[in-house]
Amino acid sequence: MLLITCPHCGPRAQLEFVYERTVDSVVQPHTDPTEAMERLFTRANPRGLDDEIWRHTFGCRAWLVMTRHRTTHAIAAIRAAGPEALP
Amino acid sequence: MNGPQRGGVAGTIRFSFDGKPLLARPGDTLAAALLANRIGLVARSFKYHRPRGIMAAGVEEPNALVTVGTSGRSEPNTRATDVFVYDGMVARSQNRWPNLSFDVGSVLGLAAKALPAGFYYKTFFGSAKRWMFYEWFIRRAAGLGDAPTAADPDRFSQRAVFYDVLVVGAGPAGLAAALAAAEAGERVILVEQDSVLAPSLVRDPQDLDPAWAEATAARIGELGGRILLRTTAAGYWDDNLITLSQRLAEPGEPPAGGIAQRLWHVRAKRVVLATGALERPLAFAHNDRPGVMLSQAVRTYVRRFGVVPGQRVIIATNNDDAYLTAAALRDAGAEVVAVLETRPAPAGASSGFTVHNDTMPLTTNGARHHLREVSARVDGKIVRWQADLLAMSGGFTPVVHLHMQAGGAALDWDDASQSFLPGAARQNVVSVGAAASVAPVGPTPPPENPAKAFIDFQNDVSLGDVDLAWAEGYRSVEHLKRYTTLGMATDQGKTSNMAALGRLAEKQGVAIPEAGLTTFRPPYTPVTMGLLAGRIERDAGAHLRRLALFDVHQARQPIWQPLGYWQRPRAYPQGAETLAEAALREGRSVRTAVGMTDVSTLAKFEVSGPDAVQQLELVCATTVGKLAVGRGRYTFMLREDGLVFDDGTVWRLAEDRYLLTSSTGGADRMAVHLSYVRQFLCPQFRVSVVNVQEHYAGIAVAGPTAKAVLAGLIGEEVPRHMSAVRASIAGIPVLVLAASYSGERAFEVYAEASLAEPVWNACEAEVTAQGGCLYGMEAMEFLRIEKGHLVVGGEIDGRLTPHDLALDKMLNKAGGYIGAAGLTRPALTAPGRRQLVGLEAIAGTIPEGAMLVTAPGQPADGHVTAAALRVLESGSIALGQLVDGFARHGEELIATSPTRNQSAAVRVVAPHFYDTAGERYRD
Repeated sequence: MLLITCPHCGPRAQLEFVYERTVDSVVQPHTDPTEAMERLFTRANPRGLDDEIWRHTFGCRAWLVMTRHRTTHAIAAIRAAGPEALP
Repeated sequence: MNGPQRGGVAGTIRFSFDGKPLLARPGDTLAAALLANRIGLVARSFKYHRPRGIMAAGVEEPNALVTVGTSGRSEPNTRATDVFVYDGMVARSQNRWPNLSFDVGSVLGLAAKALPAGFYYKTFFGSAKRWMFYEWFIRRAAGLGDAPTAADPDRFSQRAVFYDVLVVGAGPAGLAAALAAAEAGERVILVEQDSVLAPSLVRDPQDLDPAWAEATAARIGELGGRILLRTTAAGYWDDNLITLSQRLAEPGEPPAGGIAQRLWHVRAKRVVLATGALERPLAFAHNDRPGVMLSQAVRTYVRRFGVVPGQRVIIATNNDDAYLTAAALRDAGAEVVAVLETRPAPAGASSGFTVHNDTMPLTTNGARHHLREVSARVDGKIVRWQADLLAMSGGFTPVVHLHMQAGGAALDWDDASQSFLPGAARQNVVSVGAAASVAPVGPTPPPENPAKAFIDFQNDVSLGDVDLAWAEGYRSVEHLKRYTTLGMATDQGKTSNMAALGRLAEKQGVAIPEAGLTTFRPPYTPVTMGLLAGRIERDAGAHLRRLALFDVHQARQPIWQPLGYWQRPRAYPQGAETLAEAALREGRSVRTAVGMTDVSTLAKFEVSGPDAVQQLELVCATTVGKLAVGRGRYTFMLREDGLVFDDGTVWRLAEDRYLLTSSTGGADRMAVHLSYVRQFLCPQFRVSVVNVQEHYAGIAVAGPTAKAVLAGLIGEEVPRHMSAVRASIAGIPVLVLAASYSGERAFEVYAEASLAEPVWNACEAEVTAQGGCLYGMEAMEFLRIEKGHLVVGGEIDGRLTPHDLALDKMLNKAGGYIGAAGLTRPALTAPGRRQLVGLEAIAGTIPEGAMLVTAPGQPADGHVTAAALRVLESGSIALGQLVDGFARHGEELIATSPTRNQSAAVRVVAPHFYDTAGERYRD
């Protein structure tokens, strides 16, 4: 079980969090349909670092963007969601 | 009772094995007590029902699995070596019929012939018919203990703690590591699976005085360290989290404090693994007979428990450690007949025992209960010895399980000890003591008869089975494991994997490290389901939410119905009414006069701020911005892929303040969805979203006289359909929304939940005065089906588009809502999609959940989503989904439910059975 450092609450056990989806699957409003479906149904799924969306549901309830290594589970970065979090 | 240390101290603890009353001494494991009572046969093997005795003295025991305890406390598959006897313990053998000594499965030899290696593999990958044929046989022949059917009366607790250092294993190495850390000022927790500190020092007091262990533990305690006995580090997870399984009572024992076991989550900065090493058996024919034991286990029984398991002993070894066992046995008065030494002379020459070099046992003979004879090839001739105990040692395997669970990147092969040692680790963990290095061993010659030379005793896998798997083409260690089930028993191959790996490497013609390893998975030893469940037992896992007006309803004795977390009144039967009779009476009251019901559980969100309308127009697929203040509308929400996932209403309460309602069952999902938009997708919006689901209680008043009822209650003009007003009832401020789900003129009255009771009472008095009554979910279901209104989870099942549900005309033409892009997918408008239809029975009653077929035996063309009885007229109707249903009105189909064994002829119609023009709820 990961130890996740919430930017608001500090280090907390993984069971306080919910994994939602990867950042590359996010479809912004008014995205061109072809691109939107590409994002929704095709994932990069890298063997390495990936940007993931988590929620601190049993804590501050914030939506978070976590850069996590897919094989070692190491968390390289974590930040609260916001306009600047998106690529 | 026997043995030098045992002499003079009588057994005082009463227990029973297979109904036979026996005595044990304090500190005995069940295995020690059984050996002391001269019980050699304790189990039947998993597949072949071979007689088995006790082989080990620790958690690695593969043979002696027993069921301990009775009723809800009974714990099957408990290792007799890992349970300490308490007064009144009831232990039973497993996997035998009619009894352990006379077992039909074994006598007939059925199992051995029918279940060769690869049997499961071939059966599972063969035709389904093959499995159907064998299942009955497999389930009875190949078995472990029976799971208890009664509820466990005990409690299980969980605890989460943080430490600087966790030390696993309170042997000499672990105690030393824990003391060093404690003296350096670190917060230390030390855990030991046994009931005593440093059990290896009790076995081998020549190494270090056992009193040292007590003194060291006391010092660790003085320095603030915590020591837990009977506690197993079961799993090693990410970020140095280790789960511990602590026994506060033995299996089957009523716990003194009510708590049987505790699950610990330990997050440690550093972990020290002092987990020791396990002895390996040697592979020779009939090495699984009762009386054949591991050498260190024999020494443990002699020195720790004072039990000498045999009087005429053969030792078989490839290393020096077994000579300590020979000496311990000799000191205890047993006769060591011979030592069979795999190593060439002069190994063992100075031991003082009769040593035969370059040999190992050929086979054993004996009865079901005892060993009688051991044979070996000495100088080319077969020699036979009378013996009642064979102590064997094939070397030692460091316990690297936790190291590997921690993401140990590698194991290092040590040729001298023929074992894998922990290599580099990904987490902050180090192995010490025997877990990090073990003594060298000599060669282990292959057996002459591999077919009966068992390596995985628990799953009955012999070296011959490894050879068979190889011959049938299974080359990799993973394939070997799956084909033979090697290492897949409850002991996870603790004593077997190295022997198999050696054989496989030999076949492949490679060194052992190149043959590969299977994955080490938690838990290290089996844990009970109760431990994992903790306090989340019985109904505690599913929250029960009570309506604010629960007591009011309860006083009216409704039939309750679960709906998500909620319990809602299903109907309020009068006298001897059935559910359907009550629902029809309540429904008729709504259609002809007035009725009222509790709608508090609907999801409700207040969305406010300058950008509230933008937020709502993203979430809702209909327009919202055109609403005038004080007006509301029906709306629905799409997923990003364009499919409808929820519906409800949206009301403009003020210039930039809205109320959004949606389904009860989807309330939590909608809250997450709204926060996704608010926090993630469009954080730039100046908007506040507040979940007010439980803040307000809601009462729906519906029927032709609802308008009169409400006018009397609020004392002012009632709002017209799809309008909202603020008013007061019984002095309590309320929000009145004119909206209809039933198809009649209707109002939803919302009041603060804590103040809602007087509002309900005032409404009920007025409704009753107008000749109306309460109605529940069943009547509501009849009414809405007749009207053709949708329900989330029924018609809206996450698979239909707005078009499929005939909602497409309401879509926001400007687009921009979530799901707009998804809706452009060509497949969503292609022919062959299921579409919403109405169904009316031509004859009979439409079964709930029925399939729609064109003729008996045909594949389903659709299904019934909700069935009902007409409220005012007679007849059975339903809503359903049907392939290309819009174009099939008038067609006759069969609604059939094979599970209920019911069917009805139905006609496809429009999904509106009542007031299709919608005149009844307009003024």
